[in-house]
Amino acid sequence: MNGRGFTWWLETVAAWVLAVLWLSPLLYAFWAAFHPPEFAIRFVPTAPLSLANFAAAWEQAPFARYYLNTFILVTMLLAAQFVLCTLAAYAFARFDFWGREVAFALVLVQLMVTPEILIVENYTTMSRLGLVDTITGIALPYMASAFGIFLLRQAFKSTPKELEEAARVEGCGLIGVLLRVYVPLAKPTYLAYGLVSVSHHWNNFLWPLVITNSVTTRPLTVGLAIFGAPESGVDWSIISAATLMAVAPLLLAFLLFQRQFVQSFMHAGIK
Amino acid sequence: MTNSRMRHVYGWLLLTPAAILLIGFTHYPTVATLIDSFFSTGTAIRPSRFVGLDNYQLMVDDPIFWKVLGNNLWFALGTIPTSIALAIVMALWVNRRLPGRALVRMAYFTPTVLPMIAVANIWLFFYTPDIGLIDQIAALFGLPGHNWLGDPNTVLGAIIVMTIWKEAGFFMIFYLAALQNLPPELEEAAKLEGAGRWTYFRRVTFPLLMPITLFVLINAVLNSFKLVDHLFILTKGGPDNASNLLLYYIYISAFSFFDSAYAATLTMVLLVLLAVLAIAQFVILDKRIHYR
Repeated sequence: MNGRGFTWWLETVAAWVLAVLWLSPLLYAFWAAFHPPEFAIRFVPTAPLSLANFAAAWEQAPFARYYLNTFILVTMLLAAQFVLCTLAAYAFARFDFWGREVAFALVLVQLMVTPEILIVENYTTMSRLGLVDTITGIALPYMASAFGIFLLRQAFKSTPKELEEAARVEGCGLIGVLLRVYVPLAKPTYLAYGLVSVSHHWNNFLWPLVITNSVTTRPLTVGLAIFGAPESGVDWSIISAATLMAVAPLLLAFLLFQRQFVQSFMHAGIK
Repeated sequence: MTNSRMRHVYGWLLLTPAAILLIGFTHYPTVATLIDSFFSTGTAIRPSRFVGLDNYQLMVDDPIFWKVLGNNLWFALGTIPTSIALAIVMALWVNRRLPGRALVRMAYFTPTVLPMIAVANIWLFFYTPDIGLIDQIAALFGLPGHNWLGDPNTVLGAIIVMTIWKEAGFFMIFYLAALQNLPPELEEAAKLEGAGRWTYFRRVTFPLLMPITLFVLINAVLNSFKLVDHLFILTKGGPDNASNLLLYYIYISAFSFFDSAYAATLTMVLLVLLAVLAIAQFVILDKRIHYR
């Protein structure tokens, strides 16, 4: 009765079968990437391991540059998001200014109408600003993130007011209070939002595809899509290797900090 | 806070940088989309001019538009209920005592951190006719090969299966969080009453998870409109628009056919759908507060 009966075993096996099924596409990509092409669909345990596919992929497309572009994009975006969202969230949480409720409602619109919905108009705007085919152009529409403002506002609101008053007595100004009291106490929220943001923008595709058209700006996802397009005629094992290269940093981070990732996504979603 | 007038000034000063960007890339383009949908697409020789509802008439008469809208509906119906059901099952499994629980949870969640483009690359090979993995396995059982992505009857199904795989683990964590917050006394009380596990789930767990289900539902619908990355790799909307979705059609109209007025008109449809969704969410979230 206390959970070790037949149904318990049945469910355990089912849970494991589903887990294996869920991992299998990724495991398969690993198999194809680390073995010579002739073993791509032949699962022989004795197949020789090889890194040739990675070398070939690395040579056939400027992946080093794509890595750099994605890295610059994600870093620039996260830094800007932290600054802009912190300031806006501070305003919403602690200043009873005129029009606050309306302004907040207008901010929340972006939760629904995300920049990729408005690719047509945003492209026009970017070309007017001369930012087509720049990394700044990819990042700009996402910098003021409604999601970030919302999360940080919640965090700031739950900070006890007494702490702010204490800091004031110590002689902190408005920004001093923000930096010494609110920001340090919201660290878990920053971590959660940071992880969600980095993984979202590492993986983002549609807007970067629209706004970039050269090697020096293209992030990994767009580079990978061009590389893997069927008409490019690249062989399957090499595409697998390229795919793994593109996801490797994020996947590795996820495997190492699994708990933080899952909790961050939870934290960010529930609020 | 200092004196009351400065409050307004500081509040707006802090908000301004974010507000400029939000207005520039969310509110302004929304309004511009509406305006552009009433104008023709300008060319070098013929500038854009006011055409009233012509673009909308064109859209209503466009069989591809209706096809795409229908696809979106089937895509949503195909992915959402199944991924939610799977997410609940996964969460229930991972929430109880299970050998290797952390590993199982990791397996379910992993697709969430992969980019859709990478996922599509991997799945493309599964669906490749004859030499693809699915046909290879089918061949072991003597079944003939099938062009999963090339056949209008199976292409949407193939994409739905992949999307379920990608999303179920993401929805799982919300259920998991909710399950972990359920008081354990509930289960003990139910056991004392002699309720079976299924009864307990149906009468207690599932109703208590309702707010989460609604939250996940809204997000899932939203995703079904916003997620088109895989189409670029797998099908390009084909064959014969059988897997084309609204946002992809907008992309094609704007950046392949260079018909930005028509793309704006299509975007208006998407915006209206999202507005309906936003209102639904507002009403639902309002209800959700009463649970607390």
